[in-house]
Formats: sequence, C-alpha cells, structure tokens
Amino acid sequence: MAPDVFELIRERLAADVREASVSHGILVLVLAPETLPGTVERLKSEFQFDLFLDVTAVDWPGQTPRFEVVYHFYSTAHRVRVRLKTRVPEADPAVGSLVPLYGSARFMERECHDMYGIVFRGNDDLRPILLYEGFVGHPLRKDYPKRAEQPLVPYRD
Amino acid sequence: MAARTIPIHPAPSSAFEYLTTKKDELVGWARKFSIFPYPFVTACCAMEFMSVSSTPYDTDRFGAALPRFSPRQSDLLMVVGTLTHKQAPVLRKVYEQMCEPKWVMAFGACATSGGFYQNYAAVAGIDKIIPVDIYVPGCPPRPETVIDGIMKLQDLIARSRHPILTADF
Repeated sequence: MAPDVFELIRERLAADVREASVSHGILVLVLAPETLPGTVERLKSEFQFDLFLDVTAVDWPGQTPRFEVVYHFYSTAHRVRVRLKTRVPEADPAVGSLVPLYGSARFMERECHDMYGIVFRGNDDLRPILLYEGFVGHPLRKDYPKRAEQPLVPYRD
Repeated sequence: MAARTIPIHPAPSSAFEYLTTKKDELVGWARKFSIFPYPFVTACCAMEFMSVSSTPYDTDRFGAALPRFSPRQSDLLMVVGTLTHKQAPVLRKVYEQMCEPKWVMAFGACATSGGFYQNYAAVAGIDKIIPVDIYVPGCPPRPETVIDGIMKLQDLIARSRHPILTADF
C-alpha cells in the first residue's frame, strides 16, 4: 500500500509531473528536465526529502531522447523513497544541478558526468572523479567499445 | 684398574676449520631466506594476503614475514588484487623505487591477467606494466598456493646469479 504522503505529493505536484506510479514501494515521478530542480526543491521543503541518495543515468540507444537521468531521494521524516526520472537528448544532455539544494550532489553529479556525459548546469566542478584526466569518452554509454583501453603507462614489449 | 675416560681433546684432524661453497650459492641461500615483501594491496585478495601472513600459515618460516612499507627497503613486490589504469603510474613508480635485487609476485587472477575484468578500467595483467617473476593463480589464491609460489620464488633466487661487486662477480 502506498503511504498517504505519496497521494499528497501526486496531488500537489500534478502540474509538473508527466507520469506517476508506485514501484516496489517507491513513488516514481517522470518529469521534464526544466521542471526538475523546482520539483526537487518542493520535495525537500514541503515533504522533508532531506537525503539525496543518488543520481545515475540510463542509456537507451535508438530512442529519442536517448538518456534518462534518474534521481533517488529519501525522507527521514516519512521514511519513504521517491524516484525522479527525466529524459535528455543526446545533442544536449543537460539538466540543472542540485548542488544548491544538496551539497552531496557535487560528487554524485561528477560521477554521472564521468560515466554518461550528462552535463549538470550549475555544478562548477565536473572534473573526472573516478576516471582520470585525459580519458576520452564515457565508458557506461552503450556505444563505448567494451574492450577499449586508455592506458596511462606505456605497455612493455 | 683405571676408569675409562672420554678424551677431552679431540684429534686435530676432526677440527671444523673450513668449508667450500660457491659465491652465487652462498649469496642465493642468504637472499632466499630474507625476502622482505612490499604489499601493493588493491582489492579483495588482501583477505587472503592477511590469511597467509597469519599464524596457521606463517610466512616467517620462509623469511618472508615482515612487510616493509617502503619500497626502498623491500625485495619482493607483491601486487595483490586488481590493477586499474588509474593506479598503473603508482605501481610503476613503486617498482622503480625498489633497490636491486628485486622480484615481483602477481598475486591472484586479476594481477596475473586482469581476471574477469575486461573493461575500460582494469589493466589486463600487471606484466603489461612491470616484469613479473612469479604468478600465483586463484580468485583468490589459497594460502597454500601462495606459499607454493614463495617456495618457487626461493628456488628461482637460489638458482640465479648474484653479482655483488661487478657485473661478473
């Protein structure tokens, strides 16, 4: 059973939400990229979603828009999770940064930028965090060659 | 009748005065029992590395018990776990800082060949970066396998040439 807070969220955010459903006890909201930061701000201030769990992306090759950026939040007051999804196109894979709302978003957005090349507008530090300087491409995109290597030290032989 | 007594002065011919050996055999014998390892530990194989250092297996029997945490004081570089491309410059530098003579052990499947990692992040075997003397297979290797590897390395050291003064001697 969905907690009452889910009904309240769906009611109050109905204007911005394209689709809403409950999956495995998590409220899933699908949004347009431009409404995402505002929606997160309301979730944080009105519904006490005070913990930013993760941001990642899904590459759907052949679909338009190609990338789906996925956010997870947790409310320590209501003890529920919410998942936000938004689609961004390959030509401009950009979405607003959540750094002004959650300090922890700085590193998680860097990782997502490393792996999928999603640009978080407003995050002023998108240097590689798990990859290294000089790495070309985004390894978790489906079109990155599986066996490609970019060694930093020349191989022997 | 006088009591029989043990002679207290042994005959001069039985005195232990000298023995002969070869320089390489003597130095090799000394070196093979004083392997000071440097653990370059990156991943889950570290659990088996701790196990092989512990009392039931006791690598001290082979003179290889005391890890030196400076590459300048160590003889054996044990690369324990997966090596990523990002770490490869560090491994290369650690290897170059070690003094001769030095040996390298690839500990476990990942250090040997990359293991099941065939992707953008992992180096497919540390021998692409530095020369390796002994490979220990397993994911992770059992302590017995590691001890077998250490003993094989000891044989290798005992059989090697050990120039100590010049390239010829």
